[in-house]
Amino acid sequence: MSEKFNDTEPQASPEDIHEEGTAQRGIHQAEENSSDTYHPVDDDDDNPSEVPATEEERVAHNESQEPVIVIRGLKKAFKDHEVLRGVDVEVKKGENLVVLGKSGSGKSVLIKCLVGLECPDEGEITVLGQDVSTLKYDELNALRVRTGFLFQNAALYDSMTVRENLAFPLRKHKKTMTAEKKEAAIMEMLENVGLEDSIDQMPSKLSGGQSKRIGLARTLILRPEIMLYDEPTTGLDTGTSKEISELMVRMKQKYNISSITITHDMPCARLTADRIIMMKEGVVVAEGTYEELEKSEDEWVKSFFH
Amino acid sequence: MPPSLNPYQKAKIRVTAKRSQVQQFFYAAGDLVAFAGRFFKEVVKPPYEWREIFYQCYLVGYKSTFLIGLTGFIMGAVLTIQTRPSMAQFGAISLIPGMISVSVVREIGPVITAIICCGKVGSRMGAELGSMKVTEQIDAMEVSAINPFRYLVVTRTLATILMVPLLTIFSDIIALFGGYLAMNIHDTMTLRHFFVAGLEHLEFIDIFPAIIKTFFFGFVVGLIGCYKGYNARRGTESVGIAANSAVVASSLAVFVIDMLAAQITDLFI
Repeated sequence: MSEKFNDTEPQASPEDIHEEGTAQRGIHQAEENSSDTYHPVDDDDDNPSEVPATEEERVAHNESQEPVIVIRGLKKAFKDHEVLRGVDVEVKKGENLVVLGKSGSGKSVLIKCLVGLECPDEGEITVLGQDVSTLKYDELNALRVRTGFLFQNAALYDSMTVRENLAFPLRKHKKTMTAEKKEAAIMEMLENVGLEDSIDQMPSKLSGGQSKRIGLARTLILRPEIMLYDEPTTGLDTGTSKEISELMVRMKQKYNISSITITHDMPCARLTADRIIMMKEGVVVAEGTYEELEKSEDEWVKSFFH
Repeated sequence: MPPSLNPYQKAKIRVTAKRSQVQQFFYAAGDLVAFAGRFFKEVVKPPYEWREIFYQCYLVGYKSTFLIGLTGFIMGAVLTIQTRPSMAQFGAISLIPGMISVSVVREIGPVITAIICCGKVGSRMGAELGSMKVTEQIDAMEVSAINPFRYLVVTRTLATILMVPLLTIFSDIIALFGGYLAMNIHDTMTLRHFFVAGLEHLEFIDIFPAIIKTFFFGFVVGLIGCYKGYNARRGTESVGIAANSAVVASSLAVFVIDMLAAQITDLFI
């Protein structure tokens, strides 16, 4: 699956960027390479040999992988308020890391630093082998194409229909892609999230759960290697939250996406997490699988699980 | 109970607050200059967002024609009705078309059109971008590797730069037509006679600076509207503040530019 993903994706690797001189050229080259070969994935079984069959195999497979995100000693303050006070995190390929913590513990700032929406004061962030803090704007954009971000309120462009929302990133990053292929990619993503019928609706007509699904479809349409979910189930009812969580798991398995999920929703964490870190006042205070943390004797950790 | 302050302490607090306001004004002005600098940097870089530029031209230009036309008509008619009694006392009614055309083309047309655009276009841009900021749509563009400044700010500002001069010309023509109709309430004058009498008083120095300054008016209307929206803080209240302050700041900027334009034009007369 991962090889197939690589074949079809707009990747501007560090080597490409060096060879071309600038990241922008890296993107253009990637567009040229990718646009003709981009095609909808019809079935999970397209390349079954690369998908681990069981959960144990998948965990073992992930553990053997190189980390795609490495954060070391990350610090960030807003005026006098220290939000992150030395965070160390690693995410391996194909792994979903769930970040738990109370409001104001720096979870959202952490993932915003990964995509350059916030600049860290200290520390190193390496995403897909590139040090984010040293990237120029064009190089950062090349990295952003490979990284998806689902916002808390989905952040759909409210002046565009669902179709236009999904077509917008393709129009910008797959310029040589034919209209038919773009349409096929949009339909494939809408089928993935089960909202083919909403294609011509405006975002204001969608429910909270539908908006989240369309937001996910819009993010996945560029086939990112990493997904960052900022409270994906916040504000949704229990049933819809479960649907979104299951959708996240399905998409992860289908496209072999590595991800970080910020959430307060414990059922979502249980369903999606390969590993969990817990943040308190800007530092990581606990780490483990859901089952390990559930058995923790620490009162603060227990307060999340019981 | 807080300790009571002596007059010196009260005065110090007032001075500090005033100083803070002055500082904030200069910080905001500096920030706006940097924003304008970024506009000039981005506007020359291809690729251009033609589709969005045309759409914004449609919104700024076509969607404003009725309002601008109606305002222009009333402006020309009122100007004629108000000046007619004074001109009649001097037996100078035949000079009314010339006076109307010079006032409208040189000053009233461009300024009124720009002010209407501040209210209609500037506030829309402030509210639209402010709302996009609050709902993280601008951040969503940024993380999708789409330059939101180029897509949102450059296109809108270019649209106002292009459309405000056209709207001004349209407004001038309608204002002259309004003046002609008002003239015919008490007197009789043909449309051709009114326009010929009006236009023969217009010189190059009346028309050229008036058109040039409308490009600057368009620039400040678009840029300040976008600046206020783009820099809106989080929270729904900031959307209203962005729209409101966009109108106030861009209207003020229009008058300042008008004064500078008048001074510069005066050097060549």
